[in-house]
Amino acid sequence: MESTNTEAPEYFHKVVDCQWACPAHTPVPEYIRLIAQGRHADAYMVNWKSNVFPGILGRTCDRPCEPACRRGRVEDEPVAICRLKRVAADNKGDVSARMPTAPVKRIGKKIACIGAGPASMTVARDLAPLGYHVVVYDADARAGGMIRSQIPRFRLPESVIDEEMGYITALGLDMRLGERIDSLGALLKEDYDAVFVGTGAPRGRDLDVPGRQEAAANIHIGIDWLSSVSFGHIERIGRRVIVLGGGNTAMDCCRTARRLGGEDVKVVVRSGFDEMKASPWEKVDAVHEGIPILNFLVPKAFTHADGQLTGVTFEKVTPVIDDKGRRTLKPTGAPDEHIECDDVLVAIGQENAFPWIERDIGVDFDEWGMPVVNETTLQSTNEKVFFGGDAAFGPKNIIWAVAHGHDAAISIDHFCRGADVRLRPPPGVLVSSQKMGIHEWSYDNDISDDDRQIVPQLPIAEALGDVKAEVELGFDAALALAEARRCLNCDVQTVFTTPLCIECDACADICPTDCITFTVNGEEEELRPRLKAPALNLTQDLYVSGALPTGRVLVKDEDVCLHCGLCAERCPTGAWDMQKVVIEMTHAGGCSK
Amino acid sequence: MTYILKPQFHHPSLPTNKLGFTRRDYEGRVSTLCAGCGHDSISAAIVQACFEIDLEPHRLAKLSGIGCSSKTPDYFLSASHGFNTVHGRMPSVLTGANLANRELIYLGVSGDGDSASIGLGQFAHAMRRGVNMAYIVENNGVYGLTKGQFSATADKGSKSKKGAVNSDSGIDLVAMALQLGATFVGRSFSGDKDQLVPLIKAALTHKGAAFIDVLSPCVAFNNHKGSTKSFDWVREHNEAVNRLDVILGRAPVTAAYAPGSLVEVAQHDGSVLMLRKVARDYDATDRVKAMAYLHERQAVGEIVTGLLFVDPDSEDLHDALATVAKPLNALSDAELVPGKAALDRINAALR
Repeated sequence: MESTNTEAPEYFHKVVDCQWACPAHTPVPEYIRLIAQGRHADAYMVNWKSNVFPGILGRTCDRPCEPACRRGRVEDEPVAICRLKRVAADNKGDVSARMPTAPVKRIGKKIACIGAGPASMTVARDLAPLGYHVVVYDADARAGGMIRSQIPRFRLPESVIDEEMGYITALGLDMRLGERIDSLGALLKEDYDAVFVGTGAPRGRDLDVPGRQEAAANIHIGIDWLSSVSFGHIERIGRRVIVLGGGNTAMDCCRTARRLGGEDVKVVVRSGFDEMKASPWEKVDAVHEGIPILNFLVPKAFTHADGQLTGVTFEKVTPVIDDKGRRTLKPTGAPDEHIECDDVLVAIGQENAFPWIERDIGVDFDEWGMPVVNETTLQSTNEKVFFGGDAAFGPKNIIWAVAHGHDAAISIDHFCRGADVRLRPPPGVLVSSQKMGIHEWSYDNDISDDDRQIVPQLPIAEALGDVKAEVELGFDAALALAEARRCLNCDVQTVFTTPLCIECDACADICPTDCITFTVNGEEEELRPRLKAPALNLTQDLYVSGALPTGRVLVKDEDVCLHCGLCAERCPTGAWDMQKVVIEMTHAGGCSK
Repeated sequence: MTYILKPQFHHPSLPTNKLGFTRRDYEGRVSTLCAGCGHDSISAAIVQACFEIDLEPHRLAKLSGIGCSSKTPDYFLSASHGFNTVHGRMPSVLTGANLANRELIYLGVSGDGDSASIGLGQFAHAMRRGVNMAYIVENNGVYGLTKGQFSATADKGSKSKKGAVNSDSGIDLVAMALQLGATFVGRSFSGDKDQLVPLIKAALTHKGAAFIDVLSPCVAFNNHKGSTKSFDWVREHNEAVNRLDVILGRAPVTAAYAPGSLVEVAQHDGSVLMLRKVARDYDATDRVKAMAYLHERQAVGEIVTGLLFVDPDSEDLHDALATVAKPLNALSDAELVPGKAALDRINAALR
């Protein structure tokens, strides 16, 4: 193999699995160390720069970072990254003085953001400090979009939304709340230099089976029902409730129903339990609240009597692998099952809807009715119109919306300045040795053996009694420190300097996870299985040195390196060093302000 | 020294041996030796060897003298018996322990100062008596703990870190062990575990006095130009006579060897030493030729390594003394107090 080029920022970035997996590339280990030091405001600002909504995401993020976490490969559970983020948000104190302010002078460019959800508000945050005049439109009376309308209050208190939307609106935005845009064509005729569409996926999918019309009064579309609850229009539901669907919206629906008088709430899903789209922890939370999840049942008909819903009939199915290796659900032939209920919540998916975008204004749509959008620049076929969040590529989650917002803001900035929209600024990279003394490092390299800490919760009776009572209480200081110490500091990189190595084997001998091998070089496929511990996780790179005096090379498998620094401590010549490599994505304006 | 404990986490694919232990279960405490010390590599090799021969840790006794080398038993096999003896006196204490309990496996760890200076006589007598042990000398040719004076194994003409030239002849413990009747003699290098680990496995399973001289560079005081115990010097002058595979319990031999290149030596415990020849015509079962070969190669500046001599029909001190088959602590009153009739028989025999 060629010797590894660690100068390319991607190499060390990939080693920081959590940051690499985060769509917004939040420097996770950096802020976890700050939390461990009690520097919550600093930790919050590291987050805020990258992901804009630390308090919101610390409660609601889909956490792509956690399945990626290296800790999950050396023991059972990854670091509770998401809930540590919340610790920073809860304990940061007043950070308003650290926030950017609206510039005194504007640059004379005017941007419209349609929708006040996470994607639009990220665009606004990135562009307003640069001097753009940003106008935000939303049909609702307050900013937040789906964050405010669809996420139940018992998971995300309204005060957190107000605070984090407030930091952005304070940047001198022109907030046109309560103003629905009914025609993009009309808007484009106004004096906007660019338009960003962040309108989400606002339409809940309906279930068109017999009885739907007749029993309509007691059949509700999940996301619409959740927003009615959020805005206080609905306060009760029937005693027996069936929730159809297996995603996170279904989990929010069933848990909300439990709090609004639903005593007998069931979730009924077509697929098996493991294949459900809901995040594992959301399923756990629902089950914990006494909600059974029934699997492999396909709704066939709503039953009704005298115009009143009486229940749902389900066909029983089982997974079958067909000749093409695809997994399909086949009826078992068993008699249908009828489950009685008073209300049904349909949470079987969301769809995009763009009735307000004329088809003759240069914005092309594909055969599925989705806008044609460049994945990097987020620009549509009308060069002035950009998309992001669920509006761009269908339903994802908040952190993806934020990432789209950052990318779109870069594109809009380039577009307005006449630069190439495709240009992406390189990330900021800060490298610093962590060596403090012969065997002292400026990070905590003593690996904690603790299991993942469990977030304390409100007693279940109290939680079910109030739809606005936040269930999770968050880590206290002791739990937060214990959890923070579980982080392996993957951004403190093992950096090898070939000419200094005397091949004494000390690093290979001390490495607790057998990451290091001195061997004759070879092609990657041939090299991987013959390392001291076979390097079979192909998603993880091999770090290969230049040729050593004996003709061999050093090969380090990044897969399960604990970043404990013992290789560097036992190295007599300093060929190994532990260097913190903090990578920060560059946002619009060229600097990561 | 390192302040933190070595993390408990290990590679998820780390294999286990017949006892269900991983290699990590044979480790000891974190080393307090200088970073890069050859001795730490030897400790790692001992850990690997014990793991590979499915050693039950409670069946091994590790004994050492004084010095950097003699600190190392703390850094491997934490679950084994240990005795850190007086300077140079490891062989005597080990001999006593062995006579008292012949059921344990004995590993003596010593250094060039401990064995070639203050303990030279002790070393000699353990070898000539055939004490059943693996005797490892971690040989760096220097007194590291007192900052780099020449030790007794430093070669004549080699230079200290400060530039002083050694005027004394170096003691070659391998030559001495051969001359004194050791039934297993090897030499290796801390930087070559492929060679060292099988040698340790063979020595631990050998019956009789098994001696391994391991060149182990001292990175702090003896790894400079002009030293003949540095990483570079040993690598440049290392001439292996053979490569060893230790086959436990007569497992089928799967590797293919060129005809005539392989010598099999069966040991008492059923293990087989498979010796792949590297030097042509080297016969590791011929003591006299081995001694001659070593002198010859030493004269041209080579460091001969490998399994240099093994006696397939080795005997140990217990055989020679016809001692009781059981460990002394397992003998009952019936065996220890044979009664008046037996005493009368003995007395009668002396009249």
